[in-house]
Amino acid sequence: MSLSEFYYMIIIPMLGISVILVFIRFIKGPSLADRVIALDMLILISIGIIAVYSVVFNQSTFLDIAMLFSLIAFLSTAAYAYYIEQRQRK
Amino acid sequence: MKSLIFRTASIYLLPLLLLFSIFILLRGHYLPGGGFVGGLMAGVAFLIHSFAFGLKETRNIIKINPGFLMPIGLTICVLAALAPWIVSLPLMTGLWFEEPFKFVGMVGSALFFDIGVYLVVVGSTLIIMFTIADTV
Repeated sequence: MSLSEFYYMIIIPMLGISVILVFIRFIKGPSLADRVIALDMLILISIGIIAVYSVVFNQSTFLDIAMLFSLIAFLSTAAYAYYIEQRQRK
Repeated sequence: MKSLIFRTASIYLLPLLLLFSIFILLRGHYLPGGGFVGGLMAGVAFLIHSFAFGLKETRNIIKINPGFLMPIGLTICVLAALAPWIVSLPLMTGLWFEEPFKFVGMVGSALFFDIGVYLVVVGSTLIIMFTIADTV
């Protein structure tokens, strides 16, 4: 099994299944914190997909987009945490 | 936010992210990137710092009111568009220096247009973020 076959046969399906599972948690999620974590997880999985495609198509510029994406994901999670903390204090 | 890890990380993240945003700004003419994405990255860098240390500390770092960045950027954009008139070419023609500069690469009127967009995006992002962070 060559490397690109390994990407297409194993890694991309695993990431796809995990996207579906996390999305179910995102819809069901009993509390707001569950939904925030699920959203963060979705963005992290999509960063993995971007990394795989950047290796497959040999384009290093995709990785910059992945870096920007991870930065925004971290920022949104921190902002949500701050918001939830403020809401519980009131 | 009173987290030691977050504060220590944000001290090192601010200059790194500003450097990366300028790198993206300079790369933008032939490769992915440009003024808009670079400006957004600079805005995000200041936002991380303001989450860690509070709004006042970030305002002290920026020093000037971010509202002033927008008219400055728009003026640079208009001047870059008007510049080909001096050499009697049609409006918005791309003018380029023959030799690439050290560290910066090719310099032309498109780069100055990108710098103007960068300043406008940084100013508007900071205004929006500071207004939202004030009300929370």
